[in-house]
Amino acid sequence: MEKRVVFRSAWLPYLLVAPQIAITVVFFFWPAVQAVWYSFLLQDAFGLKTQFVGLQNFVALFNDPHYLQSFKITALFSVLVAGSGIVISLLLAAMADRVIRGALAYKTLLIWPYAVAPAIAGVLWAFMFAPSIGIVTYALKKMGVDWNWVVNGDQAMLLVVIAAVWNQISYNFLFFLAGLQSIPKSLIEAAAIDGAGPVRRFGSIVLPLLSPTTFFLLVINIVYAFFATFGVIDATTQGGPAGATQILVYKVFYDGVKAGDLGGSSAQSVVLMFIVITLTVIQFRFIERRVQY
Amino acid sequence: MKRKAIAAALLGAGLITLGSAQAATEIQWWHSMGGALGERVKAIAEKFNASQKDYTVVPVYKGSYPVSMTAAIAAFRAKNPPHIVQVYEVGTATMMAAKGAIVPVAKVMKDSGEKFDPKAYLPTVTGYYTDLKGNMLSLPFNSSTALFYINKDAFKKAGLEPVAPKTWKELRAVAEKLKAAGQACVYTTSWPSWVHVENFSAWHNVPIGTKQNGMGGFDTVFEFNSPLHVRHIQMLADMAKQGLFVYAGRTSQGDAKFAGGECAMFTGSASAIGGIKKAGKVDWSVNFLPYHDDVKGAPQNSIIGGASLWVMAGKPKGDYTGVAKFLGFLSLPETQVEWHTGTGYVPITLAAYEQTRASGFYDKNPGFDMAVKQLTLHNPTANSKGLRFGNFVQIRDIIKEELEAAFSGKKDAKAALDDAVKRGNDTLRKFQAANK
Repeated sequence: MEKRVVFRSAWLPYLLVAPQIAITVVFFFWPAVQAVWYSFLLQDAFGLKTQFVGLQNFVALFNDPHYLQSFKITALFSVLVAGSGIVISLLLAAMADRVIRGALAYKTLLIWPYAVAPAIAGVLWAFMFAPSIGIVTYALKKMGVDWNWVVNGDQAMLLVVIAAVWNQISYNFLFFLAGLQSIPKSLIEAAAIDGAGPVRRFGSIVLPLLSPTTFFLLVINIVYAFFATFGVIDATTQGGPAGATQILVYKVFYDGVKAGDLGGSSAQSVVLMFIVITLTVIQFRFIERRVQY
Repeated sequence: MKRKAIAAALLGAGLITLGSAQAATEIQWWHSMGGALGERVKAIAEKFNASQKDYTVVPVYKGSYPVSMTAAIAAFRAKNPPHIVQVYEVGTATMMAAKGAIVPVAKVMKDSGEKFDPKAYLPTVTGYYTDLKGNMLSLPFNSSTALFYINKDAFKKAGLEPVAPKTWKELRAVAEKLKAAGQACVYTTSWPSWVHVENFSAWHNVPIGTKQNGMGGFDTVFEFNSPLHVRHIQMLADMAKQGLFVYAGRTSQGDAKFAGGECAMFTGSASAIGGIKKAGKVDWSVNFLPYHDDVKGAPQNSIIGGASLWVMAGKPKGDYTGVAKFLGFLSLPETQVEWHTGTGYVPITLAAYEQTRASGFYDKNPGFDMAVKQLTLHNPTANSKGLRFGNFVQIRDIIKEELEAAFSGKKDAKAALDDAVKRGNDTLRKFQAANK
């Protein structure tokens, strides 16, 4: 039953995919190749003097204990962001799916945060949690919690995770809601007739049927935590205190853009590129096998 | 609003260019002075433009210090730099090493025959931006220094004489009394590295690094893990543990804590005066930084912070005459007095300082002369005329990171400073290699 369109012309198919390929080459491959090339160079900020230094940038990186520490922090950060982001949005989606009255309003409100740029989300949360003027800080002080993330690393991590997750929940929510609504009602009704309660129905029917969505979101959320969160960090902790929220991508941004160290920054982005390639391969080879489409 | 104003300025400049028979040459000036300071910058440019017909200075707000510096570097790489760019003091070594990207101010002035006497400037201010041969490389624009503020009300409430402690020993004793009297935040600071490492070293006449704090060459190494430095940072860490010192953050976050009345004592920039006055919540006084009285030669003099104006290379030759005229205009006593009294930044020439004093401004506005007094307390030594370390944008953050580790009790002061020195030296070597 396979339907195949066969092009008779030799060049037409290539012409048709050419725009897509051109965009990919210009915006994805070309910068990636440049990053690899720059990672072998040592250059002053103005680009006046350039030397080829081979692997020296990488050697320096892996001799830096703070860079190695940043791996652990990134791992913790992405697990927290992806994990809690998925769990919370699944919960919200499951509840929004059951609501009948005013469903549209709930859904709209839940999708809203996605329209907020990560840097702005960071600023918002930083304001609410600001050590001396924040409203949440004030409430926490009343409860006897000493909240000062400018010096307490765990609190700083909590803050950036909250800001990053809040920003991503809407996206996850949308996909989960769509996934939930595509589950045939007859299946759930049949289970209900057989006497399965809401929790059992969710665990045995809904969750397995949602697994393709969950898998997709896992990949997206990990990539989000790895790459798209530096705006949140830059607007709040800037990697501090004492490097407690220094995730890999923030260091790439900081060294390259703020400190003008293109070689070191490129070397880091090459390392990051390999990590994400590896992670994606692992996800598709091992986790995807357990997904039921 | 700001963008509109810039657009209008650009348009206006364009019209002038078109309209006048003798077309005025445009001088691009990128700066990082937002808000009220930005208005002052605009006023200076307008005054200069009105004073002559050949050149039009166009000030453009390019965002925060790091952003405008990055923008200028990118513009240079794209072969279209501005004529003048304002760069913060930590970027000094990077700019200086970029031979071919910048033109030393001394050379700009000499080539155009503009009147220029390096001796007219305050040595502690220009020393920061002058090479060892005495050539001024960039023109100091907005300079401040670290000062010590106290909240007199909080002192009185604790039954203390509202006089600022002079030494750290006295400060600690006062701090304990304030704490005992129920003061929640006793002491805080802004700019931890600038105040407690950079200014601390100059104030105690001890080196931050070898080779005259890096001014003598790129092969400098850091020395701020001396027993005195360790003792000072350990003291702060102990105070933090006892609740006598609250760490506010890496930049100016301490300002608000003092201006809002939360903290009783505070070290920060001289430019914090404006904010404290505007908030109007506390009865305050501004004083010299505390020092350790058992250190020989302390107090010496403090060093500046702020930014200077760099002239970028690669513009048509004739433009530089206009740049020189503008820099000359900026150094005029009248321009300086207006800038100093309007913003709290220190004047860059002795004449401007004298003129301000003669006008009786300091009697009416106590505290405004404190920065100049502290900067000129003694003739600057090799340890106190400034610092010049490559990649210092990164290194200052390394120092702040390690200080945070000490203040939060993750490391003791010795380990934190040793690590900061080691990581800082690695970064210096990288700069040295890149600028061979």
